[in-house]
Amino acid sequence: MIKVLKPGLLSNIQDLGRTGYQKFGVIASGAMDPFSHRMANLLAGNEENESTLEITMMGPVLTFEQDTLISICGGDLSPSINGQPIRTWRSVFVKKGSELKFGGCKKGCRAYLAAAGGFAVPEVMNSKSTYLRAGLGGFKGRALKSGDVLETGKPSLHSLKMAEYLSKQLLHKTVAENDWGISSKLIPVYVGNPEIRITRGRQFELFSHESRVQLFNDVFEVTAQSDRMGYRLKGPSLALSELAEQISEAVNFGSIQVPPDGNPIVLLADRQTTGGYPKIGQVAAVDLPLLAQAKPGDALRFTEISNEQAQQLLIKREIELKELKQGILLKIRGGK
Amino acid sequence: MKLQLTIFIAKAGEIMEYTVHPLGDNAVLIELGNEISEDAHLKVQTLTAFLEKHPPDWMIEYIPAYTTVTIFYNPFEIYQLSDGELPFDFICSLIKPLMVEMGENKAMEARIVEIPVCYGGEFGPDLDYVAEHNGLTPDEVINIHSSGSYLVYMIGFAPGFPFIGGMSEQIAAPRRDTPRLKIPERTVGIAGMQTGIYPIETPGGWQLIGRTPVKLFRPMDESPTLLKAGDKIKFKPISLEEYHHWEETEQ
Repeated sequence: MIKVLKPGLLSNIQDLGRTGYQKFGVIASGAMDPFSHRMANLLAGNEENESTLEITMMGPVLTFEQDTLISICGGDLSPSINGQPIRTWRSVFVKKGSELKFGGCKKGCRAYLAAAGGFAVPEVMNSKSTYLRAGLGGFKGRALKSGDVLETGKPSLHSLKMAEYLSKQLLHKTVAENDWGISSKLIPVYVGNPEIRITRGRQFELFSHESRVQLFNDVFEVTAQSDRMGYRLKGPSLALSELAEQISEAVNFGSIQVPPDGNPIVLLADRQTTGGYPKIGQVAAVDLPLLAQAKPGDALRFTEISNEQAQQLLIKREIELKELKQGILLKIRGGK
Repeated sequence: MKLQLTIFIAKAGEIMEYTVHPLGDNAVLIELGNEISEDAHLKVQTLTAFLEKHPPDWMIEYIPAYTTVTIFYNPFEIYQLSDGELPFDFICSLIKPLMVEMGENKAMEARIVEIPVCYGGEFGPDLDYVAEHNGLTPDEVINIHSSGSYLVYMIGFAPGFPFIGGMSEQIAAPRRDTPRLKIPERTVGIAGMQTGIYPIETPGGWQLIGRTPVKLFRPMDESPTLLKAGDKIKFKPISLEEYHHWEETEQ
């Protein structure tokens, strides 16, 4: 059981999304940074799709009512337990009665807190993800508030084994971190002003020559009108070579659409299922975590890659992840 | 609710013309036409009816639209199955036989759904703009909008949001240049030649002309939306009093 003393800016429960209902227009939702979400779960001994707490910019203050194995991955929002800083991208054993706090946003803007067993919230349409706009899923369909109490689910055998190992390291402390974590080679580098690899969108050719050049040569700022649905960008105004109403069709995580005012919008986890604005680009799946960690005021640069390269990069990332998963399992089986 | 049957029969063995396009690293968009038409709609309905009946094991889910059906897949799983072939290329090779197999007779049901709308006032802040844009009075816009018979071409953009065809050109109006950040649920709008209803509060660029008291999104129901692609719709103008009465009985 985890008690919420302060909720933070936008702390909400997500898994990898609500699949199968987009044909009804029900949005996919899910973690904005799926990579960090999956890592946090693996380090807490969970399945990758288990629910985590997505923490945005300003983190919550939480107290643990029982011994809990957790992991925090993603952006570095300066987490500390009982005043002692803890590391991200690690398995961490937290003693009953401890208080988890977050401080400044050092790198990125979203952290993922996984607890062994996940969060015990009901599934709505096969998912624990919070659909904020419709007020459903997750914890009562909303972001956390002070006084909320989160129940955790039944920990897996892996979680129990990790917890047992770490509890022996506690001695007189209230917290124990694993002496191994995720290789820094695999952790995305969340710098401000990231370079994002994109492919051409379905309507790329309909844009003016100037706009097509500007897309890859200019800088686009993430504006304050940005949320889980999408980032509104500000930069050179992008225009079609001739005005044409588009036929609405499916959009995807990372689709870059351009409304008539010329300011592109990158669609993210809470995107609509279809859209009628022309799509000038599509963020490569492998770079979605970098984008999701960009915050208002950050400047983005887009680099073009081919569809083949985008899929190859994703496969490479997934192979690394698979090896990492095997590595974690070996450590656990070896009693570490 | 009245039910009416329409039947669409494709010539046996005929393969629909189509093109495929990547939509990100985990989806393929199948294009079955290049303009909004009942013909393209029937092709989309035929493909989705087939996908419902015989879901391919590699399909995660699909999104139908006016002229396209987009199918989502897991590129890494496909990569592992396909002996290292590029997932998109492998998926395209699977779609071809699927389109051949689909070229069989298909029948579909069209339901007629009546939707009450309270036009204008605070519910329809853009009714006057739509009237002015077309050189009409607001009442004329209401008459034209509510006398038509409409086809739900697709559901998308928001849960249960119907994209409806069959609106008269006389009341067409362009989308707003900058989308509104908040549009209340159940608002009826116009964008170009299309009319539609917002089921939940959401941002959007449509011109708003009225509101219905009927809920379009019912997340706890087995089929979570009132409308589905292929439905026929009729709009019925109601007064503000009738609107409030409807809304109370709906809750």
